[in-house]
Amino acid sequence: MMHADNLKVTFNAGTPIENPAMRGMSLHIKDGEFVTVIGSNGAGKSTFLNAISGDLMVDSGTIKINGEDVTRLPAHKRAHLVARVFQDPLAGTCEALSIEENMALAYSRGSKRGLGFALNKENRELFREKLSILKLGLENRLTDRIGLLSGGQRQAVSLLMASLQPSKILLLDEHTAALDPKTAAFVLELTDQIVSENQLTAMMVTHSMRQALDHGQRTVMLHQGKVVLDVSGEQRAGMDVPDLLNLFEQTRGEKVSDDALLLG
Amino acid sequence: MSLIAFFGGIETGLIYALVALGVLISFRILDFPDLTADGSFPLGAVVFAVCVMAGVNPWLACVFAALAGALAGMVTAWLHVSLKILPLLASILVMVALYSVNLRITGGTPNLPLIGAPSVFSPFVAADYSNQFWVQPLIIAGFVVLAKVILDWFFNTKSGLAMRATGVNARMAKAQGVATSKMILLGMAISNALIALGGALFAQTTGSADLASGIGTIVIGLAAVIIGENLLGSKRILWITLSAILGALVYRLLIAFALGNDFLQGLGVRPTDLNLITAVLVVIALRLPVIKRSLRRKQSS
Repeated sequence: MMHADNLKVTFNAGTPIENPAMRGMSLHIKDGEFVTVIGSNGAGKSTFLNAISGDLMVDSGTIKINGEDVTRLPAHKRAHLVARVFQDPLAGTCEALSIEENMALAYSRGSKRGLGFALNKENRELFREKLSILKLGLENRLTDRIGLLSGGQRQAVSLLMASLQPSKILLLDEHTAALDPKTAAFVLELTDQIVSENQLTAMMVTHSMRQALDHGQRTVMLHQGKVVLDVSGEQRAGMDVPDLLNLFEQTRGEKVSDDALLLG
Repeated sequence: MSLIAFFGGIETGLIYALVALGVLISFRILDFPDLTADGSFPLGAVVFAVCVMAGVNPWLACVFAALAGALAGMVTAWLHVSLKILPLLASILVMVALYSVNLRITGGTPNLPLIGAPSVFSPFVAADYSNQFWVQPLIIAGFVVLAKVILDWFFNTKSGLAMRATGVNARMAKAQGVATSKMILLGMAISNALIALGGALFAQTTGSADLASGIGTIVIGLAAVIIGENLLGSKRILWITLSAILGALVYRLLIAFALGNDFLQGLGVRPTDLNLITAVLVVIALRLPVIKRSLRRKQSS
């Protein structure tokens, strides 16, 4: 369960390049819900995600995850609640470390890291087992540097890493945007699989309306730092991209002008 | 090169192996360009000297020296993580400040003689000093091996892995719940503790704690790390620490050779040219991978 209420953030406040990225963003996500988030460039998608993860401190508003007020907590103190996959495959993993070391890092997410060995027989076995789900042969390359993997492979491993420890919300930040269409489809399928198997509460930011409607159970659209559309259930089930656009035009009285949204 | 000069080179090389391990942690593992070393090396020397002269057991004095170094490293780290001062500048500030601090510790003189004072070597060295040339390097080697074993162990623990992640990808580390600020504080403390321990041992081998001994410490440490990387070049901690130690040994042996070489002395090379030679060596070592690559390209085309 994630409650974001009336979040506001303004970048460069009081300067000529002042940019109100969030102007009262509110969203409640129930346990086990998979929400997709769309919006054009500058709608506040990334800002919203960064606010939930703690990479960014909001100017006002409150964020509660699992009932815990995390509004003022830095990212590392929210890590026991929040799992994350970044847009850039390079950002979510440690290039110079091996696959197993990266997984070991994620395996301790949110728990105290003492002086016990990061890797041992049991967790290596677990990592091997998890990696074999990917069918990429990575289970035999545990000691390879993760920097040797392709972007798609790294995103797939990032997803696994995010699911190694329980989380109250999984944040997916356009995590297929940097991949070719075929790899993106593979990673998306894997996302659905991992989210449903672990019954995760997830929030996926995407640039593509198609993706937003095809995945998850609920879709919200952001515009100028606010949630402007929120569709789920039967209304969403029968929806196609043009319906979503129409709905947007009705509620906002303006046309969607971002090509990327229409083409995606 | 005579046998004595060879062992002398090994001895200094082993001392700088400790410095190299420290530099490895700051520059390579934490990706924190830290120049505190030039201050923490003599800090270790003077803290050791003052302790021993006050009657403290030399082994304990070494521990105090290392602790003083750890504190200096933590100040640099704090300037960066809490006051957001750039790492390079933060370390320069501490390095400069340490010069005054070191003079305070010595009571104002830039040099404290330690002739006749007890050292960690003195119980093992024969009355006529006949075995000194190999006993001292052996004891220092013990320190180096111990430091390496502890570091190898630490960097394979959960906390150690978190520290490595902090240096490679701080944003990812934070997302995994790593308190990166604490990791930088801890890493810089370990780094400068090792360097200060090197300073304390250096004072014991030379028979004096000299403030000038710190000049160029960072460059020597960096030279050792880079030479080591060129020699071994591995991503596994076991090999990374070994390469830093080997780099320090090779570097000091090269220097010992250069200083004892008649031909070079005929050219007018003097011991005081050491830092210049080191700087040039580091530049060459830094460019080596690029030169290698361009040579390979020429061959293939």
